[in-house]
Amino acid sequence: MVIKMVEKSKYTKRMDGRKFDEIRPIEAKIGVIPSADGSAMFKTGDTVAIAAVFGPRVLHPQHMQNPEKGILRVNYGMMPFSVSDRIRPGPSRRSQEISKVTEWALAPIVELEAFPNTVVDVFIQIPQADAGTRVAGINAAVMALAHAGVPMKEMASAISIGKLDKTLVVDINKDEEDFREGEGSTDIPICILSRSKKISLLQLDGKISVKEMKKVFKMAKEACTKIHKVQVKALKEVGR
Amino acid sequence: MDKRKIVVPGETIISGEEFLPGDGTRREEQDIVAERYGLADVSDKLVRVIALSGVYVPRRGNTIIGEVIDITFNGWIIDFGGSVNGFLPISEVPKYIAKGELQEFLDFGDIIVAKVQGTDGRSLDLSTKLRGLGKLREGMIIKINPNKVPRVIGKEGSMVKIIKDATNVEITVGQNGWIWVKGSKIDDELKTKKIIEFICENSFIEGLTDKVAEFVKELK
Repeated sequence: MVIKMVEKSKYTKRMDGRKFDEIRPIEAKIGVIPSADGSAMFKTGDTVAIAAVFGPRVLHPQHMQNPEKGILRVNYGMMPFSVSDRIRPGPSRRSQEISKVTEWALAPIVELEAFPNTVVDVFIQIPQADAGTRVAGINAAVMALAHAGVPMKEMASAISIGKLDKTLVVDINKDEEDFREGEGSTDIPICILSRSKKISLLQLDGKISVKEMKKVFKMAKEACTKIHKVQVKALKEVGR
Repeated sequence: MDKRKIVVPGETIISGEEFLPGDGTRREEQDIVAERYGLADVSDKLVRVIALSGVYVPRRGNTIIGEVIDITFNGWIIDFGGSVNGFLPISEVPKYIAKGELQEFLDFGDIIVAKVQGTDGRSLDLSTKLRGLGKLREGMIIKINPNKVPRVIGKEGSMVKIIKDATNVEITVGQNGWIWVKGSKIDDELKTKKIIEFICENSFIEGLTDKVAEFVKELK
């Protein structure tokens, strides 16, 4: 698929008709997995993430236990049918990296001092992927953690900002991720905490100037505020 | 505040110097901020968040139901679905037991009712010395969300009484969300299970006691 977005003046919309700062339609739901202590589904466009939280529970093996506070353990995985080429099930280099990065993004918000020697397990699965799976996973995981009643300082929302040639766009999809013209595409996933507005995840796989980066933060903040509203709404609807 | 509302972590419940942060909240300058997901409750000047979900946090004096998962040289390790395992020492059972004969008194997989003696966050001491505690024989265990236990018990045990009257079973509710039910017929036990599930599903409805009484009538 050919996308032309070289000159800003010429193109005012993206190939799926969105504006540059428009996020895909979001859907969020809580309690999708009844057997888990907490669970959530988060959907942006064609990307779907489900998260299940178990614990705090006794951690095995014992040598991993921390007598000062509970630990957080995240497991991210894409389902074999989530993309058109089958993904080999089981841990891969990519899924292990994303698990770890998600763990670090969530670590500043969970408070497990009251649960020494325990673990909170977060399982993230991607049944359908259209780019931005790690941020969708984080959004689902935050909701699932809250739903599980884990003590948390605040919530968090994540969004991926893309740079297509020289244009900055919010929430890129797979077609945009594969954009090859000019400077090509750059994907910048960002996770912003809801109250303190601190950044707990920032990745970048390309080139970007400092000036553009400042704009990226501004766009991410706006998008995360929107996502946060949807997350809160889903959490408040349940049980009424 | 007249009505309790659901809050999410990081949300400002109320602002003002005069309010005190209670369970599940913290102070951040003027604001009282929620630290967990639940119902915000402002009574007098104390602000707290009532949990809707989450693991059972044991408190001294709670009655809990658990399963023997291990036997050590001086006691039993009890799993009750919490974040730590409980320990029932040999000295806290109402009978003299010689070392090495622990298995004859309580074996792996046995279900017991016990009282929480004390907890320091990383271990939990149990006792079965009082009346009504000890090993449970026959019957069945129903596991529910520990945060719904107050609903199942009702005001001063009113809900338990409704269940008992309706199904004619013996019932013990553990604070950890495990409920032991024993009836003369298995049908009675299954009926009890249905009622308890109904209570858990409808725990938000106002006038729950009347709703349950209606549901019990329908079951007959």
